[in-house]
Amino acid sequence: MAVVGIVTPGFRGRPRSSGPELPPGQYLTEDFPVLSAGPTPRVLTDRWEFVISTEAGQEYRWSWAELMALPSETPTVDIHCVTKWSKFGTAWQGVSLDTLMSDVDTAADFALVHSYGGYTTNLPLEDLLNGQAWIAYRYDGADLAPEHGGPARLLVPHLYFWKSAKWVRGIQLLLDDEPGFWESAGYHDYGDPWREQRYQGD
Amino acid sequence: MTDLYTDGNALAGPLREIFAVDVTAATSQCASCGQAGPVATLRVYDHAPGLVARCPGCEEVVLRLVRGPSAAWLDMRGAVFLRVPL
Ligand SMILES: [Zn+2]
Repeated sequence: MAVVGIVTPGFRGRPRSSGPELPPGQYLTEDFPVLSAGPTPRVLTDRWEFVISTEAGQEYRWSWAELMALPSETPTVDIHCVTKWSKFGTAWQGVSLDTLMSDVDTAADFALVHSYGGYTTNLPLEDLLNGQAWIAYRYDGADLAPEHGGPARLLVPHLYFWKSAKWVRGIQLLLDDEPGFWESAGYHDYGDPWREQRYQGD
Repeated sequence: MTDLYTDGNALAGPLREIFAVDVTAATSQCASCGQAGPVATLRVYDHAPGLVARCPGCEEVVLRLVRGPSAAWLDMRGAVFLRVPL
């Protein structure tokens, strides 16, 4: 879990009493705004599956029951939306991508995440590993609601929250970077909130 | 909960910034299902990092508009054409 807090007040030498700091241009919110680029998919868990496909065409599949049987983690993380709200201390439960990727044989450097409903988002594969990303299925002590991406969403809190794809259904591992839904419409390819990488060219 | 979209008239202001005409009066054809109709009848998801206008017939994306501080990105790969009455 430690990696998530890589930019902590302590890390920057600020006194802890000042509380967590916000990335540039962000404001703090207490509620959890619902952002959506389309209709909310209603995915039943008995039909849900998660697929990691490699550049060689190999596929690794998990049913909902198989995902539930994997060891889970309970990260508490700060999240930062490119529309400028940030929320501190969000509590999740999910399976680390390290666990899901442990048996995957790949030489890929990039990942294109696919969602039920057709949404996509891209990021370097290394940003999904080393305790930085989860397939999250519970939020704040309850099953993840459909409007927040349930039954399961990607959680990759060190990047702007559009990278944390709701209704996640799979990850395509690629040798070359391929822009996702927002990345192909003006948004930044990487999206680091601490460097305020909102739009292409930032 | 209901889906957070409004109708295509929500595109009038943002697109007037780019075009000299009222694009909501134009006709667009969906590249996915072929349905054609006024831009004003598209379903616009505006609780998002940009405006996402979807076909009322098949729900696929017809156009997307992202407004940054110094540029706008208009993506129309989901539209076969835009017919603008002149
Ligand atoms: Zn259509």
